Formats: sequence, C-alpha cells, structure tokens
Amino acid sequence: MISHRIVINSLSVNYRQLEALKNINLEILAGRVTGMIGPNGAGKSTLLKAMLGLIPARGGPILYNNQPLQDKLHLVAYVPQRSQIDWSYPATVWDVVMMGRVRKTGWFRRFSHVSRQKAIVALERVGMNELIDRPIGQLSGGQQQRVFLARSLTQEADIFCFDEPFVGVDQKTEFIIFEIFRELAEAGHIVLVVNHDLGESITNFDDLILLNQELIAYGDRTEVLQRSNMERAYGGNMNFFQESPNSKPNTPILY
Amino acid sequence: MLETLIEPLQYGFMQRSLTIAVLVGIICAVVGSYLMVQRLALLGDAISHSVLPGLAIAFMIGINIFIGAFVAGLLSTVVINLIRTRSPIKEDAAMGIVFSAFFALGVTLITVIQKDTKIDLNHFLFGNILGVTVEEVRDTLIIALIVLTVVFLLYKELLFYTFDPLGAQAVGLPVNLLNLGLMMLIGLTIVASLKAVGVILVLSLLITPASTAYLLFTRLHEVMIGGVVIGVISSISGMYLSYFYNLPSGPAIVLVASGLFTLAFLFSPSQGILTHPVSNQNTPVLWREIKSLWK
Repeated sequence: MISHRIVINSLSVNYRQLEALKNINLEILAGRVTGMIGPNGAGKSTLLKAMLGLIPARGGPILYNNQPLQDKLHLVAYVPQRSQIDWSYPATVWDVVMMGRVRKTGWFRRFSHVSRQKAIVALERVGMNELIDRPIGQLSGGQQQRVFLARSLTQEADIFCFDEPFVGVDQKTEFIIFEIFRELAEAGHIVLVVNHDLGESITNFDDLILLNQELIAYGDRTEVLQRSNMERAYGGNMNFFQESPNSKPNTPILY
Repeated sequence: MLETLIEPLQYGFMQRSLTIAVLVGIICAVVGSYLMVQRLALLGDAISHSVLPGLAIAFMIGINIFIGAFVAGLLSTVVINLIRTRSPIKEDAAMGIVFSAFFALGVTLITVIQKDTKIDLNHFLFGNILGVTVEEVRDTLIIALIVLTVVFLLYKELLFYTFDPLGAQAVGLPVNLLNLGLMMLIGLTIVASLKAVGVILVLSLLITPASTAYLLFTRLHEVMIGGVVIGVISSISGMYLSYFYNLPSGPAIVLVASGLFTLAFLFSPSQGILTHPVSNQNTPVLWREIKSLWK
C-alpha cells in the first residue's frame, strides 16, 4: 500500500519584510489526523496557505506523492477561517455545499444528478440536511463550520485542509467534526488542521506540527508535546494540556 | 393610460429607447450583483467616471465610442493598480485620484470639441436614451449577448470565486482569469449603459436594483433575476419620464430605481425597517437616528 504524503522542502515565507516562516521541512502523512499548533502569529495559517500556493513563498517545490502539489489541486479541499468568509453573501447551505462539485463537474457543464446525491449524503453526514435551504447568514458558528465540512466531503478530495475549524464552535459540532476527521484519516486521506488552542481536544490528533516561525517539532503527538518542545515554542510559563504517561486515558493532568 | 404609454412607441426612436432600456436594465443588474457581493461598488464608480476621456478621444479620431470608452476604462484600472502597488497610497485614494483626473480630462476635451460639433456634454454626463441610434442598439445587443453568455456559462465558477476566493484558488480554479473576466464584463456593461444613464449615474443602475433585490431574496440567481426586473422597470419608467417631462434620462431612471429601493428598505418582509423595528420605542426611526449621532 503506497503511503500518500505531502513533502515540504525548505519553505520560507516573507510578509512585508518580516520572515513569517523560516526554512520549513516536513512531511504530512495520509491516514493520520495532523494538527498544526503554535502561539499566535507563529505562521500556522501562513504555512497552510503557502503549501497550497495561496500566498507567495520561497523554497523547494511542494510535492504530493513526488509530483508538484500545484498540479493536483483538484484533490485538495480547503476550508478557510470562518472570519474570512462573507456570511452575508446571498447563498443557502445547498449553494455552498454544491461548490464542492464545481471542479469535478467541469467548465460549461451543469451539476449532474450524481453530484446532487453526493451533496445530500454529505449534508446528512454532518447533520445539516434539514437546513438545506437556510441562508448561510442565519446559521450559527457550528452550523457554518459543518456546511464547510460537507462541502469538502462532497468534493471527494484526497487532501483535507482546515484553518482553525473549532473557533466559536459548539461542543456537538466539535464532536462531529473530529469524528469525520477520524473517518477521513481511516479512509487513507490526508487531514491537516490548523488548531488555535491547546485544550483537551488536542488528544484527537495523531500527529502534530509545532511551529513558531520555524519548525520546532513534528511527528507523533506524544513526542511533540514534550515539555522541552513546548517551552521552545511558547517560551516559558504557560498552561497546556499534557497527558501523563502513567495515568489512565481520559484523566488529564493540567500543568 | 395604457394608450398614452403605447402611443409614443410608434416612433422609431422610442422603439430604440425601449430596447436599450430593457437591455441595459438586464445587464446592469446581472453584473451589478457581482459588484455588490464583492464590495466593488466604488471601483464601478471609478471606472464609469474614467471612461469619459475615452469617449471624447474616440469621437475626435472617428472610431467607435464604445471602443474608446472601453480602452479608457481599462487604462484607468491599470493606473489605479500601479499607484496602489508602487506607492504607499491606498486603494480608495488611488481610485479617487485616477477617476477624478480622467473625468476632468474628459469634461475638458468634450467642452473644447463641443464648440465645433453638435455633441452635448450633458448627454454624456446624464444620459440621452431618447437619442440612441441604430448602431448603438446593435452594439448594446452584442455586448448584452456576450455578458449574458459568459455569466451563464461560468455561473458556478463565478459563484464559488466571488463567495470564497481562497477556497476557489486552493481547488485549482484560475482565479486571476475569473477576476479579469469579471472586470471585462463590468467594463463592457458600463460602456453599454452610458447612453441610457450617462457617466455620472451608471453606478446607480449597477448597484441599486441589485441591492433592492438583495433585500428581498436569499440566493444569488434570485438577486440577479429580481435585480433585472427592478432594473428594467426603472429604465423603462425613466425613459417615459424623460419623454413626457423633457428630463435627462439618467436622473429619471435613477430616481425610479432609488424609489424602489426605498420601498424595499422600508417594507421588505425579511429586513424592512418598518416591518422589523429595531426596538419598541415610540420615537420615529429618523429622529432616533439623528439623535444617535450625538453619542
């Protein structure tokens, strides 16, 4: 079984004369739920955007299975931060989910029956099928996020990228989202999530990428969450959720 | 009443005016919907003011004024971008600088050539729908066909791009081409509408019907269709007002469109301020708004 992966080589990003990211080298593996963490301004969203070619970057090519990721963008589902979307846009839940079928449908063609079926299935999976005709401006934060999740599912992508999907989202939605991440990973996809905090939910990630302008650590979650790494990234006193190796699972210790 | 409306249509110039009114009402609402959702109303205003020198120069050298207008519009966006990217001046100031400079040049050129030819500056500024020629109807029809075909063929891509440009780019859609395409459609639509509404007010026909429909409908294609209906009603009404009361057509059309907007603003089932009062106070809305300026 081929292991799909994204390889990033010596990536650097400058943002108005500031070095936002310095010489990032890493691999993101399929079949794992990968989280990107780091303090505010660490460059997490920047790294995601640079990887997808949304902002200019320097360095080696970004490869997906040894081919340039830029040639395979139709396999990428990207969900931007909710704050970057215009929620007063005249669109319903259905309109947004069907955007996931635009590339597959192709230029000048109308959406097929199959496309519509997939959209309905995706909406059922996220529990939004009763709200198909709801204007997106009337949705709660959690509902908005679930609509975007349905859009990415409808796309049938191989690579799923989410930028801070848990901001302002209710517990039930967070649970559904992580459930779906788990399903996507088990189906052999790449799941990459920029995460804004370090709470208890961090145990849902298999792999972590710890950033602060440079790459501090990446790989298996328990290895990355070592105190030494965290202090390098966050610099000094801070609270984060740390799993004790001696305790039973689900009994967290907070430092 | 119906006879008074039908009676003028026996004249060729009224038939041409009616055709232009309908075509312009349609394309302005469709393209204006994109301007509205992308928050580009100011850019639309800048481009429409910038076309004036293009009209003048085209007239002077004897080429089709539509082409002159289009080139001037294109040039103005290039200059705006140049100022914005190569100097610390921000987008809104760059637009203001460029469009007023171009507009001033246009007014000056027309005033000068007006002395020797029979053209009227006011027609360029405020529209002259009743004076539309057969060639202008033909050109407007061609532009309308191009605009509607492109919007129809690229509808789903444009919807995705205007709603979520990052998401669209990430999935591999050619966002720069889509943006360029939209800019071209905006330019063509403005040029086609100049005869009906004039340079100064074409923005209103782009934005106001679409915004009125936005208060009434929830999906983009509904906003476009609603905008078309409202825009066509406004154009035709303005045309008749212009005919019966000898008014310039642009302001007449805009007053009708603005009146319809006001009705929707007050009475929209979902967002009208009279149908959905903000509070239960007894003071009238307007007085409350004025008082709140003091806070």
